[in-house]
Amino acid sequence: MTGFRTPLGRARGMGASKHGVGHFIGQRVSAVALIFLVLWGVASALGLAAGGYADAVAWLQHPLNAALLALTIVAACYHMQLGMRVIIEDYIEQPGTKLALLVLNVFVAWGAGALALVSLLKVAVGGGAN
Amino acid sequence: MAEASPGVRPRPLSPFMIWRWHVTMAASILHRAAGVALYVGALILAGWAFALATGPDCYAAYKGLLGSIPGKVVLFGITVAVFFHLANGVRHLAWDLGQGFQPKTANATAVIAYAFAIAAAALVWAAAFAMGALA
Repeated sequence: MTGFRTPLGRARGMGASKHGVGHFIGQRVSAVALIFLVLWGVASALGLAAGGYADAVAWLQHPLNAALLALTIVAACYHMQLGMRVIIEDYIEQPGTKLALLVLNVFVAWGAGALALVSLLKVAVGGGAN
Repeated sequence: MAEASPGVRPRPLSPFMIWRWHVTMAASILHRAAGVALYVGALILAGWAFALATGPDCYAAYKGLLGSIPGKVVLFGITVAVFFHLANGVRHLAWDLGQGFQPKTANATAVIAYAFAIAAAALVWAAAFAMGALA
């Protein structure tokens, strides 16, 4: 019977579906995580900028650094994908262009995330080229 | 916007129009601009990880690119964007908890976010200079 109901009727009969605020909550939870991760990241970047290739490899081979960098990458890619989505939805009116950009946004955000994650795992687990 | 039909008085515009530029408006749009800058920053970070995984030569070349004058300008801009987006993001989280909406508070926190962004970026780059990372 429920299959014949309109979305409004379904909502009236069963209350909210509890999925409507997924974007809102995801954006904020990743924001709270990124407060700490980004501060750690900036501090780490200072040390990495002062060092060279061998220093960077040694830094990434420490499990704590690798784990925190992995978390930073995942949280950042998720957060920026959600943020860019809102910008595209706000400013792009043409439906085809909007759809194409929304898909491109997901591909770029998670493409960069996958590249960064696999690269850091290669160094963290396999070590450098020396 | 559609033309008004003949004989119909033009409708009044919504008060979303900017009639006076304000610190809170600037903070709002700068939050977005900083977010876009950090999107680019994340791509630069992914490039760094890829260069490191590729090998010493690639890493040295990538680090040289980031250390060039244009590279430093971009990285400084991203540093400012990081700290502004962070401070203004905390402002947003406070709003989500129902705090800080009074005009005086909202103005003050916007100014604090600008000041924090500039001060923290200057501090980080001063530290980078002291550590010899800018050489």
